Amino acid sequence: MRLTVILLAAAIGAFAQTSNAQNGRKLFARVGCYQCHQYEAQGAAATGPRLGPRPIPFANFTKYVRQPTGQMPPYTAKVVKDAELADIYAFLQSLPEPRPAKDIPLLNQ
Amino acid sequence: MSRPNRRNFLKGAAATGAAALVSTPQVSLAQEAKPARASAPSAAAREAESGGSAPAVEVLTADRPGGDFMTDVLKSLGFEYVCANPGSSFRGLHESIINYGGNRNPEFITCCHEESSVAMAHGYAKIEGKPACVLAHGTVGLQHAAMALYNAYCDRAPVYMIVGNAVDAATRRPGVEWEHSVQDAAAMVRDFVKWDDLPASLEHFGESAVRAYKIAMTPPMMPVLLVADLDLQENPHPEAWPHIPKLTLARPPQGDSGGVAEVAKLLVNAENPVLIAGRVARTAAGMKALVELAETLQAPVIDQNERMNFPSRHPLNQSSSRGLVAQADVIVGLELTDFWGTVNSFRDQLHKTSRRITKPGAKLVSITTGDLYIKSNYQDFERYPEVDLAIAADAEETLPALTEAVKRLLTADRKRAFEERGAKLASAHQKALEAARVEAAYGWDASPISSARMAAELWAQINKKDWSLVSGGGGWPARLWSFDKHYQHIGGAGGAGVGYGAPASLGAALANRKYGRLSVTIQNDGDLMYAPGILWTAAHHKIPLLSVMHNNRAYHMEVMHLQRMANRHQRGVENAGIGTTLTDPNIDYAKVAQGMGVYAEGPILEAKNLGPAIQRALAVVEKGEPALIDVVTQPR
Repeated sequence: MRLTVILLAAAIGAFAQTSNAQNGRKLFARVGCYQCHQYEAQGAAATGPRLGPRPIPFANFTKYVRQPTGQMPPYTAKVVKDAELADIYAFLQSLPEPRPAKDIPLLNQ
Repeated sequence: MSRPNRRNFLKGAAATGAAALVSTPQVSLAQEAKPARASAPSAAAREAESGGSAPAVEVLTADRPGGDFMTDVLKSLGFEYVCANPGSSFRGLHESIINYGGNRNPEFITCCHEESSVAMAHGYAKIEGKPACVLAHGTVGLQHAAMALYNAYCDRAPVYMIVGNAVDAATRRPGVEWEHSVQDAAAMVRDFVKWDDLPASLEHFGESAVRAYKIAMTPPMMPVLLVADLDLQENPHPEAWPHIPKLTLARPPQGDSGGVAEVAKLLVNAENPVLIAGRVARTAAGMKALVELAETLQAPVIDQNERMNFPSRHPLNQSSSRGLVAQADVIVGLELTDFWGTVNSFRDQLHKTSRRITKPGAKLVSITTGDLYIKSNYQDFERYPEVDLAIAADAEETLPALTEAVKRLLTADRKRAFEERGAKLASAHQKALEAARVEAAYGWDASPISSARMAAELWAQINKKDWSLVSGGGGWPARLWSFDKHYQHIGGAGGAGVGYGAPASLGAALANRKYGRLSVTIQNDGDLMYAPGILWTAAHHKIPLLSVMHNNRAYHMEVMHLQRMANRHQRGVENAGIGTTLTDPNIDYAKVAQGMGVYAEGPILEAKNLGPAIQRALAVVEKGEPALIDVVTQPR
């Protein structure tokens, strides 16, 4: 158990050092993620769910992008490299939490 | 009765008679085609009366053209409007409507494209509950109109179309009138109109006009088409007008009592019934009837938003609950377009697969007029649904009897079970609303503006008014707004033919105008670019409509399709914008609208600027004019 935690922490550290959220934002638009999930990854009911902030674990994220089980078109490594996926993931992690809906008057009418 | 076409009429006016013509085969067409009035004395008679000294006077005018009778027929049917782009093949009827008919009931609405004319009538019908008339050339006009007719056909909406055609080759003007004539005008659209006819006389026109109206208005409602022969419109008819038959609309078919009793029993005994509504509410009574059935059963309703079927904030509205169909033991589909697609999932991957999502043993019931009328060629009937009980009837008409049948079966135990179910559903409904609000907060301040923010900004400005969202009612409005009146949402195009939104919204706004309702539409950019001349029609006829552009600068559905293909072939999506986007240059919709005489603002890129812009535009609309706000948005 302890070894798993250490390895996970190391993996997260390596991920944080190499990934680039700013580049991830650009990639998110360039490779077409925004088409279904919107520019801020907020999602749309009819096309694709919200992806961030607090995305699903990176391993699950990568697995789904490469081999989706739903309607999403598959992104192979030929189209989006592993390093690019890591940047996109970093972008999703970097997204700010929204204001609570209860504090937005327009959403309470 | 012989057909009084122009050629026959002129033969008669020449006082030669059929026998004389037979005996003088050498008479030339030029001689034969002398214009004259049927009631006027013949040239020979005039010459005799004047002692042979006066020159023959060519008769150039006439009273009582057939178009006047046609106008009387249209008035008898209660048409408020004819929507048309002008065309010479119906010039006679056009002139009769505006002069003889006084351009009132019907009033001529000038459109800049026949697709707009039909779509206006389509939107009008869904608000007013009856058709508007559309005039067009039988050839080039009908060709333009075809897609919009197909939309109305798929959407089960009545549109009453009259096309002009010069049937008699001997009286056609040389040149363009030949290109604008056709043997069988309706052939091109016969696959997607419910009925058509080519009346050969005024008496025939009157009868077919009334019949066409009745057919269009009998569920399933659909477009109908009459061909108005040019000679029939233009030639004078000195004799008394033919009788105009009485219109008696057919009562929509109600489900048979045995079938209704069986559905009631299934519903009462079910633990997890679901009512799914497609195009149920033709009128306000339809929504009321569905509410009563749902409340009696405390059963959830999934509204597929093809009409204003069920109040969006009713506790039993569970439209956003995706699990209900999978959990249901009885599913009643009411006027569904695609029952199969409702109870199956389908994956659009390289190998297309589908899977039934209902649980084993779930009973499926359909109540739809779709079982009463179907055509072969166009495939709008969707995949064959395997149901356990199919009631071929109009759902709105059947719902009251079904509710009464349910009430007769209620016991104290079932009522208790229903109350418990209703309480759980009310809680789920409230959670879904709160979840929608939470989701809407993501990307709240984004630029381009999120569609959730746009919907919330618009809702804030209209929710205290008597509003009607005449297009774009799915998505965020359905999740965030409170819809509770039958005219607040009218569904979509039906056939998904792009170009419907702008003109159909205007037609609906035209119908709303006399009730003083505030018409608003969420207008897609690609849709507006099909026939933007509709903006001029809005300004010219002073039709109050607030258009809030959902301008994602693309035919975005097609962008996603291109992405799917590119990914499937592992070629990347960088080129998916080729042929699918509306950029370089970006279209300035505010300037387009201003150029047509419509108040407009934009492009608006920052969310904080949207609310004030909507307020300014609303002030214009509330004075009786159209207005447009160009909002640059996220894709969806």
